[in-house]
Amino acid sequence: MESSLLKIKNLSVEYTVNKYTAKAVNNLYLEIGHGECVGLVGETGAGKTTSALGIMRLIPDPPGKIISGVIEFEGENLLEVSEKKMRSIRGSMISMIFQDPMTSLNPIMRVGDQIMETILLHENISKVEAAVKAQRMLEMVGIPAERYNEYPHQFSGGMKQRVVIACALVCNPKLLIADEPTTALDVTIQAQVLELIKKLKVEFNTAMLMITHDLGVVRDICDKVNVMYAGSIVESGTVEQVFDYPQHPYTQGLFKSIPDLDTDSERLEPILGMMPDPGNLPQGCAFAPRCSKSIEKCRTERPDIIQLDDGHFVSCFLFSTEEE
Amino acid sequence: MKINKTKRQNSHMQEIWRKLKINKVAMASLIVIIIILFVAAFGTYLAPYHFAEQNYDKVLQYPNKIHLFGTDNFGRDIFSRILYGCKYTVFIGFGATILAAAFGIVLGLLAAYYKKLDNLIMRIMDVFIGMPGMTLLILIIAVLGTDIKIMVLAIAISYTPTFARVTRGAALSVINQEYIEACVAIGANSWRILFKHVLPNSLAPVIVQFTLTAGLSILLGASLSFVGMGVQQPIPEWGLMVSDGRSYLRSDWYMSIIPGLAIILVTTALNYIGDGIRDALDPRLNK
Amino acid sequence: MSKYFLNRFISMIFVLLAAIILVFTLMEFSPGDPVRLMMGEGATEMELAALREKLGLERSYFERLGSFIWGMVHGNLGESYRSSIPVFDEIISRYPITLKLTFGSVLLGIIIGVPVGIISATKQYSIFDRIFTGISLFGVSAPSFWIAMLLVLIFSVKLGWFPPTGTYSFEYWVLPVATMGLQTSASIMRMTRSSILEVVRQDYIRTARAKGQSEQKIIWKHILPNALIPILTTIGINICSFLGGSVLVETVFAMPGIGKYILDCVNFKDYPCVLGGIVWISLNCVVVTFIIDMLYAVVDPRIKSAYVSKKTQVSKPTQAESGERSQNA
Repeated sequence: MESSLLKIKNLSVEYTVNKYTAKAVNNLYLEIGHGECVGLVGETGAGKTTSALGIMRLIPDPPGKIISGVIEFEGENLLEVSEKKMRSIRGSMISMIFQDPMTSLNPIMRVGDQIMETILLHENISKVEAAVKAQRMLEMVGIPAERYNEYPHQFSGGMKQRVVIACALVCNPKLLIADEPTTALDVTIQAQVLELIKKLKVEFNTAMLMITHDLGVVRDICDKVNVMYAGSIVESGTVEQVFDYPQHPYTQGLFKSIPDLDTDSERLEPILGMMPDPGNLPQGCAFAPRCSKSIEKCRTERPDIIQLDDGHFVSCFLFSTEEE
Repeated sequence: MKINKTKRQNSHMQEIWRKLKINKVAMASLIVIIIILFVAAFGTYLAPYHFAEQNYDKVLQYPNKIHLFGTDNFGRDIFSRILYGCKYTVFIGFGATILAAAFGIVLGLLAAYYKKLDNLIMRIMDVFIGMPGMTLLILIIAVLGTDIKIMVLAIAISYTPTFARVTRGAALSVINQEYIEACVAIGANSWRILFKHVLPNSLAPVIVQFTLTAGLSILLGASLSFVGMGVQQPIPEWGLMVSDGRSYLRSDWYMSIIPGLAIILVTTALNYIGDGIRDALDPRLNK
Repeated sequence: MSKYFLNRFISMIFVLLAAIILVFTLMEFSPGDPVRLMMGEGATEMELAALREKLGLERSYFERLGSFIWGMVHGNLGESYRSSIPVFDEIISRYPITLKLTFGSVLLGIIIGVPVGIISATKQYSIFDRIFTGISLFGVSAPSFWIAMLLVLIFSVKLGWFPPTGTYSFEYWVLPVATMGLQTSASIMRMTRSSILEVVRQDYIRTARAKGQSEQKIIWKHILPNALIPILTTIGINICSFLGGSVLVETVFAMPGIGKYILDCVNFKDYPCVLGGIVWISLNCVVVTFIIDMLYAVVDPRIKSAYVSKKTQVSKPTQAESGERSQNA
């Protein structure tokens, strides 16, 4: 068993506003190996972004709070290191890029300087050297170095996202967290940016946590995938295992609800019902109310994680090998 | 389409009201304003003494049980004068603001909707903004006289550009939305579009502006009266009362300080309400 | 950049001209015959006519307007009816007082208002925030003349620390500048706070944190520069507002500034002074607005390169606060 780069164990995050508490992330388990690309899929509101912010310790407090858990990164528990240490990790060991490129860049700062900012924070080199490095990074993401002195509003959405990627990768982080990086872009630009991410991932040998609700992107880029529902992982495994042999009723429902090029279908089959309100989660399995295969036990107890195959895990009582 | 819009706008307003209710200070201020409006309407009947009733043997009394706020240098009961003066404050403040809002909203809507008028209207507004309020007011009153109606009109002119600008901004973002395109496509008349669709949905920041401007109008009115360019003696306008008390500040400070407190009560309440509405409009963190 | 400069400069000239024409035209409607007022009751028709001729009142509106503008360009704003001294000289002798008052107050306002606003915003809902938000609300709600009188009551009458009127030396200026300074601080503090709160919510602040930047540096490098534009707007509005409204403080503290001068002229129906004085103030305001416009371009590169008129850029921040006193926010 190779040692993993990042190991999240039993992470729980809550948001409290006035008297209302939302359990955004509940007992999350996630593992990312060196150089691996792991997908995190789920509907909007499943807790994907919160999990990512949790790794970076960027959860706004108030109203958010990490209730429990351990996040092991290269042997250290990120939830216990000092803020100063965490700042040295952000941007240089673990980087994150966000969904909306239009608002992710400081509008009154030159794009080159924004890349240089990351460099100067983590590397002890002169401004001149840093500027050169930033220019090289611009070229690597497909932007001519001459555009160093321009401002974000002079770039299109896709190019802004490239700049964001440049800022994130310039210090060669071990892990890149990408939170729906292409959702806000046009389809053709999406493809370009994804190609860029793939290329850079290989060049820098960066591990990646790709958060998305687009299963196509996962298939394209990821080695492993985790399916998230109401704050927990319901199924995880390699892309082949989960996509070709989905076991959890939710995962199966997900695949049934997207149109398939091969099968002839009259209508799409959505999963009936809606994700539960994170302030009012049901006792027991969170998916039980919508699950066609639920049994009595599902409504009262939360299922453990069960290993089906080498690396294929599911969280469902249907696969429990315990006695009734 | 019309049905959809009314439903959406109603629940938008209800949402704002709901958020506003949570804000205790804003609600308290709202109650204060309602009381002020009441006093403005009925102050004449509530006051124990007539505002001009002079009593030379009761001159310059400190606040006491009979004269709650004391008496001034003519022996007039200050408490009664404050109650009487309330209606001037309200008339000037709200009157000017209503006028300014009426002019400003129309101008702002026109500027937002008709691109050709936009530049012209906004340039004219710029001229008025370029001149500070007090200066413009002193000019207008110097020329046209110190009638209270002139005061209200002058203050209204002073704040019309602000309403025009706010309305224009809000209207522009509404106009760019597709349902307006749809209205035009089905052949709706421009005025109808402006007043039935654009205006209701641009209203929120305008309401904030209304409360803030009402406070400012009251301050301007009081300032004008203070320098003698507004309401004249013996009308108990609060600003004028502050000015009256100037020579007596040393010993009978209540003559000036108390009317000022009355002004502050109203303007602070209006500002709290304005702030409260603005916060309620804000799309907040909902988790 | 030069296109923007030109655009704003032409705009400035236009507004100034329009203001002059407006003021001049309004003055046409003022009641009373100045000539008769000047000469008194005993004057004969011939004397009145002679004086009218001398003052050039016989010419048409356009001739007088043109002559006024021409004179203005050459520094001639006419002559006072009362003293026969050129209006320009009267104004210049009083200008320093109003200037000192205005800039002293605005400086005080910035020194107090901006830091307090920053702390208030970064520690939102703390005790500090609540107290200062309350005080600043009071500061923008209270009439300046009342604050002035309250300060005189406390610090002059009761405590005897500062003199109540006059402008002779430093201690005479403390109370007046404090009055207006308090008001400006309140206004600037409110705008700073709301502007920073607005910026702090933006995604690019989150990006900066994700890069590993410290909170301190984020405030200086990312938040403040972006929050500056509405704050600049408020400062500009405050300056213009004081140039006109200083009359209140000047009255309470008996300071011979321009505001008081114009008021006196109005009361004495000395129309050339009123005209000259108001035109002078408008000129000041227009220049201040122009300088602020130029500062916008320095702070926000989008304004220069997009060459968008000030109104569309600024309308968002000024929507947050109302026009004259201060956002938005």
